[in-house]
Amino acid sequence: MSVLHRLRINDRLVEALLEPKDTLLELLRYKLDLIGTKQGCDKGDCGACTVLINGEPKLSCLTLAMMVNEQTPVTTIEGLQNSMGVDIVVEAFDRSGALQCGFCQPGMILSAKALLAHNNKPSLREIKEALSGNLCRCTGYTKIYLAVMCAALVIRGETLNLEDAMAVVIKNSLHLERP
Amino acid sequence: MIIYEHGTSIKDTIKTKNPHQEGIGESALKYDALDKVLGRIRYTDDIKLPHMAIAKLVRSPHAHARIRHINKNSVLSMPGVIDVITGQDMPVKYGVIPWTKDEYPLAFEKARFVGDAVAAIIAEDELSASLAAHKLEIDYEVLPAILTIEDAIAYPEIKVNEHAKIANITKEVDLSFGAVEENLSNAYIKLNEKFSFHNTTHAAIEPHAALADYSPRGVLTVYSSTQVPHYLHRSLAEVLGLPNHMIRVVQPPVGGAFGGKSEPFDLEFVVALGALRSKRPVKLLYTREEVFFAHRGRHPMKMDLTMGVDKEGIITAVKNNIAIDGGAYASFGMITAFYAGQLLTGPVGMKSYSFKATRYYTNKPACGPKRGHGSVQPRFAFEIMCDMMAEKLNLDPILFRLKNAVKEHSTTVNGQRVGSLGLNDVLKKVADESRFYERYKKLPYGHGLGVAVSMYISGTNYPVYPNDMPQSSVCLRIDRSGRVLIFSGTSDIGQGSNTVLCQIAREELGINQQQIHVISGDTDLTPVDLGAYSSRVTLMMGLAAQEALRKARLVFAQAVANFLNSKTESKLSPENLSFAKERIFVTENFNIGVSFQEACVLAESSFGALVFSGDYRTKPRGGDYRGGSIGASPAYSCTAHIADVSVDKTTGILSINKIFVAHDCGRAINPLLVSGQIEGSTYMGAAEVALERFVTDEEAGARKGMLIAPSLLDYRLPTTLDTPSIEAFIIENPDPNGPYGAKEAGEGPLHSAIPAIANAIYDAVGIRLFSLPFTPAKVLKAIKEKEVRDASA
Repeated sequence: MSVLHRLRINDRLVEALLEPKDTLLELLRYKLDLIGTKQGCDKGDCGACTVLINGEPKLSCLTLAMMVNEQTPVTTIEGLQNSMGVDIVVEAFDRSGALQCGFCQPGMILSAKALLAHNNKPSLREIKEALSGNLCRCTGYTKIYLAVMCAALVIRGETLNLEDAMAVVIKNSLHLERP
Repeated sequence: MIIYEHGTSIKDTIKTKNPHQEGIGESALKYDALDKVLGRIRYTDDIKLPHMAIAKLVRSPHAHARIRHINKNSVLSMPGVIDVITGQDMPVKYGVIPWTKDEYPLAFEKARFVGDAVAAIIAEDELSASLAAHKLEIDYEVLPAILTIEDAIAYPEIKVNEHAKIANITKEVDLSFGAVEENLSNAYIKLNEKFSFHNTTHAAIEPHAALADYSPRGVLTVYSSTQVPHYLHRSLAEVLGLPNHMIRVVQPPVGGAFGGKSEPFDLEFVVALGALRSKRPVKLLYTREEVFFAHRGRHPMKMDLTMGVDKEGIITAVKNNIAIDGGAYASFGMITAFYAGQLLTGPVGMKSYSFKATRYYTNKPACGPKRGHGSVQPRFAFEIMCDMMAEKLNLDPILFRLKNAVKEHSTTVNGQRVGSLGLNDVLKKVADESRFYERYKKLPYGHGLGVAVSMYISGTNYPVYPNDMPQSSVCLRIDRSGRVLIFSGTSDIGQGSNTVLCQIAREELGINQQQIHVISGDTDLTPVDLGAYSSRVTLMMGLAAQEALRKARLVFAQAVANFLNSKTESKLSPENLSFAKERIFVTENFNIGVSFQEACVLAESSFGALVFSGDYRTKPRGGDYRGGSIGASPAYSCTAHIADVSVDKTTGILSINKIFVAHDCGRAINPLLVSGQIEGSTYMGAAEVALERFVTDEEAGARKGMLIAPSLLDYRLPTTLDTPSIEAFIIENPDPNGPYGAKEAGEGPLHSAIPAIANAIYDAVGIRLFSLPFTPAKVLKAIKEKEVRDASA
């Protein structure tokens, strides 16, 4: 039996006719056409469906749509772009070459966004832990660490732009471990 | 143009910009990167058409069973069910290799592995389709199942696949070059070992998806997450009995492939027939479990390898007997059997060589081409043996490999013509960066370094089906707006082929990125390219694009020369003009010339619509013997890995601390993308060592033939925390056969990561492991055995 349910998605109120079994992923992808939220496994293994609920990264495939409401705002990758431009974390992934096929990036970027909101000076280890729920099959993760470190430098105001940030991170091998 | 110095790392190149406005060698951002990071790009499953139906496959619960009857009526009256499709509806065999057509779109008469698709439900929505799929009545007669190579040999009367002419053999290749037996009996040192490589899979994060649409005009359009739109196009026509010109295959951006999407699958045929019969769009998205069933992953191989050297440490003979576990269907297996032997003869060469590779059918998901097709497994064995031989000879392992290096611009023992091959450079780079000579054999117990090298093809001669047409063509349409539209049949599966096309266009025409638009992977709109496999794209597509753009250059230069001559009474010819900074100008004087957009108007005024094409054609290559062209490539890349590992002697747990990798890609058209390929390949290789395993239950009982771990968690795809630190270095040794000297970078850098880790384990704890994966139990057992041996010695 369907129920009219009210949610807050990307800062907008949304009313949707839901069945109790509907997952948040199904609602976002297939009913609201927010296709940036990806389905890679539908069982909580890959992280491609990661969204932010109350700013925390959550797997939308394991979240029933009715578990979120107006008081628990949802941010999808579509929410990281507005008329003002593109979020710095998104831009950092673009500039750092932190994507190949691009399928895991929306989820990965949202996890990185949540990390940097709590901790704008993460160590390599902290970045790895924060992104460990998001599988990437193309990159070997190296350039993803580069992207997160560059975004962090700009957020902290230590460099003016991503180009400078990249030069700093690469020069000091911050995104690598050296024995 | 800037030619980077040998050994330039991504550190140096990432910020480097060409002084001229040229595309080659620049770390340009990906053509579609912003669309991808913003989640706006539409993969196949993101496409939704009006009145779309959903398809779901019904799969065999038995490893081997005769299908006696499928009762369609058991579900046709269920709510939402539109149609049921079975094997009988498409009784036409297909296969990506024309000589091994051995599978039906849906299993017909017989199911050959647990998960073999036997029927499909077309329904209004996914839930209705799933409910009907569970309810469909199928009467099976269970047959004895073959799950191992040993059983495939022992029970020839139990035929897994009727295509096998002899017993359960898909293909046997037996080739010999030089006096192998004689050299082995005269060898100063001879080594023999048995190796085994396990089953692994691609696990792209995007599951396979397909969507078909049928127009009343009679045109069938199939959108698919394929790497090979052209082969899919041919197979659809063949199976459905439609003329090729009434089928359009569109390949939207693909969310990772790695070889796992390089042939047609059940889902494409099902949505196509579903759309033809229901006259509605039909979509099918694999579940993650179904991606594991589709498989076509790395073939498990058992290898019996022998190597002989002379007193000087020159490898005089190599002999390899390889048994390949193929699964239920041939897939690319015929090629796998060749590649298993043919690709081992460089960059470390040998005076004589023989191999016998036999691929067997078993009742398991079919194996096929996974990144480094067929050659990763023998490379694992060979590079470990090189390490062992170097130790016997008291040579350092790098020197041993260099002593036996195949010379640049020479021919290998099996007749492969090698161009540039920077073995010395890649080895030197990883040795320097890892401080190899300072640390090798000197680290404390439990910590070690290992080295290994490899070589890989940049596309192959062999066009899958024999024909004299180009392997790749590129068309251009340039118009008065100054826009350059590039049409290419290539599949951008994430590797960045569309970006490479843009960079070549910028290099040749001196234009900016915004002027270039790429249309790729659409059989209606683009000329044929055979697909994204065998690391062929940059070389073959690149040369086709270069030819088309150079034709355009000539026409533009002529139009501009005519114009300037009419204005200034000069006598300029096309050769006097250059293209840069969106201008076409007299080479000596940038100010005498016109803008690119003005040139477009001049050229269109003089010559009419501006349409150009270029082709890449396969030249005959390879040894003059049956199969000599398989594995023959226009250019060969070269890789070296040094792994730094720790082994815990109390738990047997292997930690890969760091991998240094240097790869000779000829010329890095885009260093950022090339280093991404090197890192990704190395990660994927390292993942196969200790974590990933694709296991089928081989024990007798109700679970026999079932996959033990058909999920990303249980298969153990590495997370950020499991992935070693990887430092990639690009080495540029331009090859005369590649566009601007470019060779492959997408598969080669996987190979030697695996034996480098194995060799590092030996340096760390003194054990040789010959059988993958290196689980803690296996490592621990070998350490204990060594302790016993040492104590008794």
